[in-house]
Amino acid sequence: MEVLEKKNEIQDNLLKNFEAKIDRGDAIEPRDKMPDAYRKHLIRQMSQHAHSEVIGMQPEGNWITRAPSLRARQILLAKIQDEGGHGLYLYSAAETLGISRREMIEQLHSGKAKYSNIFNYPALTWADIGAIGWLVDGAAIVNQVSLQRTSYGPYSRAMVRICKEESFHQRQGYEIMAKMMKGTKDQQEMARDAMNRWWWPSLMMFGPHDSESPHTGDAVKWKIKRSSNDELRQKFIDKTVQQAEVIGLTIPDKDLKWNEAKKCYDHGPINWEEFYRVISGNGPCNKQRMAHHVKVHNDGAWVREAAEAYRQKKEKKIFH
Amino acid sequence: MATDSQLAMWEVFMQSKPGANYIHAGSVHASDKEMALQNARDTYTRRGEGTSIWVVPSNAIVASNPDDNEMFFDPANDKVYRIPTFYVMPEGAKAI
Repeated sequence: MEVLEKKNEIQDNLLKNFEAKIDRGDAIEPRDKMPDAYRKHLIRQMSQHAHSEVIGMQPEGNWITRAPSLRARQILLAKIQDEGGHGLYLYSAAETLGISRREMIEQLHSGKAKYSNIFNYPALTWADIGAIGWLVDGAAIVNQVSLQRTSYGPYSRAMVRICKEESFHQRQGYEIMAKMMKGTKDQQEMARDAMNRWWWPSLMMFGPHDSESPHTGDAVKWKIKRSSNDELRQKFIDKTVQQAEVIGLTIPDKDLKWNEAKKCYDHGPINWEEFYRVISGNGPCNKQRMAHHVKVHNDGAWVREAAEAYRQKKEKKIFH
Repeated sequence: MATDSQLAMWEVFMQSKPGANYIHAGSVHASDKEMALQNARDTYTRRGEGTSIWVVPSNAIVASNPDDNEMFFDPANDKVYRIPTFYVMPEGAKAI
């Protein structure tokens, strides 16, 4: 009994020290003591973030060979390469918490780890590439800017690096939309259609309303999350409405209007039924996205094996 | 295939321009040092962020333990004579 009490006292002190550090605004680094729940939350969030970057390469990769000009193709290639890089920054940061890359990929394939729901929607026309860059990356930026101040050092540093690169992504997408809105009737129609299909899923990217969000409590207290889902969603809406107006696009929400008292836009209800349907595996592309990742991962196994064999062979040469 | 190797982990340090300190950028996976260097370049310097890269096998890094910080870093504080303002300079002396 006494031993147990002593143990509890030590645990309490560790938690107190940890929370005092968080309250002071100190960053938590990989070798620092941290509560299991903090580590778990970060692994879940960071691996999901990393997987999203990598799965997000798929809807855009589909358009590399179909890009309408050499300029557009070069830009799209560079953007997709960035997304791969962002995935790697995040895997690298998550690995500092003691989970291996292999475990993270296994969790993705088994469905234990998720990726952003938005990538379960298809990119049907070239305008979708514009909408993805402008709206999807735009929403991601709002979230990632906030996460630059997250309490875990390696995660925060990865976010700073990512934010520096993301603004090119959003601008290239907005440029595509602006060009199409100045183009032929068909092109304008394509841009409107893409806007209509991507607007609501983009709002859903921020997750459930604060009143419904299951992960918020500790994440806020421990400064993993620095702004709430609804705050971030509001920020995104407020800056995007004007951008849409400039290029002549209408946001597909009849309830959207400026609220002078609150100094922000009110928006209509989000279709959470759709959100939960897609997140539970029944979106348009869930199966395709995962099957593709599994296939490429398995098809690439021989490359990793060969690289290992080559290393072993070289080492033998040196030591014999 | 029995086990899927994700290859060894390497820590990446980058110098942003000649004369600057090497700063830790993150890690990469690679089977050997050539691949580690190439992966570090592709991952961490797509926009000219670096002019020189070091890669080090992650398991070769030795790190201090935060629990020992008090003992490990303490001696610095009580040796104020290491700081230039500790000394009394004669009135009127210039450029010292």
